Amino acid sequence: MDSIKVLVADDNASDRLILTSILNRQGHEVVQATNGREAVESFSSERPNLILLDALMPEMDGFEAATQIKALAGDDLVPIIFLTSLRDAESLARCLEVGGDDFLSKPYNRVILEAKIQAFQRMRQMHQTLQRQMAQIADNNAYLVQEQRVAKAVFDNVAHKGCLDAPNIKSLLSPLAVFNGDVLLAAYTPSGGMHLLLGDFTGHGLPAAIGAMPLAEIFYGMTGKGFGMIEVLREINLKLKTILPVGVFSCVGMVDVNFSNRTLKVWLGGLPDCYLVRTSGEVEVLASTHLPVGVLGNSEFDANVHEVQMEIGDRFYLWSDGIQEARNEQDEMYGEERLMQNFTMNCDQNVLFENIQQSVTEFIGSSERDDDITMLEVMMLDADEINAETAEFKAGAVSGPTDWKFSYQLGPETLKDFNPLPLLLHILMEVPGLRPHSSSLYTVLAELYSNALEHGVIGLSSSLKADPTGFVAYYDQRQARLSELTEGFVEFVIEHVPKRDGGELRLQVADSGAGFEYDNSSFKSKSADEDYHGRGIPLISSLCTDVRYLGCGNEVRAIFNWQH
Amino acid sequence: MSIWASTSNDGRALTINIEGRFDFSAHQDFRESYEKTDGEPDEYRVDMKETTYLDSSALGMLLLLRDHAGGEGSNIKIVNCNPDVKRILTISNFEQLFAID
Repeated sequence: MDSIKVLVADDNASDRLILTSILNRQGHEVVQATNGREAVESFSSERPNLILLDALMPEMDGFEAATQIKALAGDDLVPIIFLTSLRDAESLARCLEVGGDDFLSKPYNRVILEAKIQAFQRMRQMHQTLQRQMAQIADNNAYLVQEQRVAKAVFDNVAHKGCLDAPNIKSLLSPLAVFNGDVLLAAYTPSGGMHLLLGDFTGHGLPAAIGAMPLAEIFYGMTGKGFGMIEVLREINLKLKTILPVGVFSCVGMVDVNFSNRTLKVWLGGLPDCYLVRTSGEVEVLASTHLPVGVLGNSEFDANVHEVQMEIGDRFYLWSDGIQEARNEQDEMYGEERLMQNFTMNCDQNVLFENIQQSVTEFIGSSERDDDITMLEVMMLDADEINAETAEFKAGAVSGPTDWKFSYQLGPETLKDFNPLPLLLHILMEVPGLRPHSSSLYTVLAELYSNALEHGVIGLSSSLKADPTGFVAYYDQRQARLSELTEGFVEFVIEHVPKRDGGELRLQVADSGAGFEYDNSSFKSKSADEDYHGRGIPLISSLCTDVRYLGCGNEVRAIFNWQH
Repeated sequence: MSIWASTSNDGRALTINIEGRFDFSAHQDFRESYEKTDGEPDEYRVDMKETTYLDSSALGMLLLLRDHAGGEGSNIKIVNCNPDVKRILTISNFEQLFAID
């Protein structure tokens, strides 16, 4: 058996001697005290594992000593066994009241004493195990809290509120809702509109909340660069489909607000019906027509949107299923009917949002459930009013390359099989606000490049394409001539000049070919029913402000003016 | 880029699907898609659901198909165009030659 340190406190020297000898014989170390005060002092200096304490002693009795020792011991378990010849129940009870754990009656019995020491030893070990585990739990908990704090800080930075504080928006995202994977995002678009997104991930806790981060990053990143709502949604869909396990996805409502022509474009996937409230009080219901994002691959992604004409003061409401599924004490759900009642009560529309919130809160009452409510109100404002709000934002948004010029010349080896268009487009797209024009610019660059390469560098005549056989011959020759190419070049000189509300892009493409006779005044759109060729230049001139050939015809300049 | 064609059960309609970029590199596949088909379909459908981009040489290829299908009397529908593709078709006035849906 384990040997322990025992404090024996007794004013009777012979009792001390008896106990000490019994304990020593059993292998325990003994510290002695002759009164309560000495016992307290010894406890502090010697830290015994167990105390045998006489109840009645001079200077300080056992009851007082026990009280003080228990206070000094704190959370440590130090069993105190009262030594007593007292027999009355009251005195014995008092021993336990002051913190004693047991008592031992005179005359001392060696076997009983050892059995009690053993019992307390087991209890002490159990207590130590418990304390160790509690300390571990406390440590783990502190670590978890710290981790959550850091995660929350990262989450808040990524899934930040954007422009949710804009004057036309009211929003509610309860803390529990965040933990359940709800997310609310809003951002001004470079063209002065606004994108809003309400998302509700399946599941609960961290797995649900974690998907909100890539979603928010894509939303803010792409909206800031001028991508349209559908492009943003496509990217979000693809990303979530790729990274989330099957069965985890997000119900999403996204709104694109155009203040200039007062329209909303709304894409709803898997959300409860959303309401449009006119200033007249009339309510229109918009239903989700799409699957949630992260379910389908991008080829099946459905880009159809509700287009809604609004007037100033008209409001659009969207929410997660948290409101309708809110439960009261009787476990009833708030439901669609109660929600709709808020809209048909003809109250002041300025406080409609607050009324709904209050109605749900009252409904939940003192029900145990925490509220899990996410709700968004978007109101149509006059464009001027919102422009004042975004002036500062726009000033910040024009940071980015706007005045630059570069030339890029491709030699024969490169021309054989390299496509320079994605790279060039990438550089152009760094101009803030130019993104919405990417497909036009791609077309212009692609047509300019294929003309320079095919008619210029390798000297193919498009008249070859006059009949179906020629069409094939043309592309066979293209391949043959390119693979044998040893000299020649195509040079792009591209310049961007910022203008008020937009800019001017000057695209100049020269090639090593012989040029051709041209007439800059005749690039009218070709009537459709003609040859199989010759559509490139009319296409470019319909997309650009000006297109003209220069010099001997191996150089062409296209001017593309654009506005936010 | 990939192109595949399917004939309706009664053999009267041929649907050509174009996935990815529809540009000069597609000319061989595109031509084979209607030349190698059995029989003489009355109706052609060019399904652009998966088409991301269209250049001027693709416009030429569509006209080749039109002539193959009987020119003036041909029955060709171009369906499921995305906005970018549709815009290029519109700029080139192709709705005068094809039924663009």
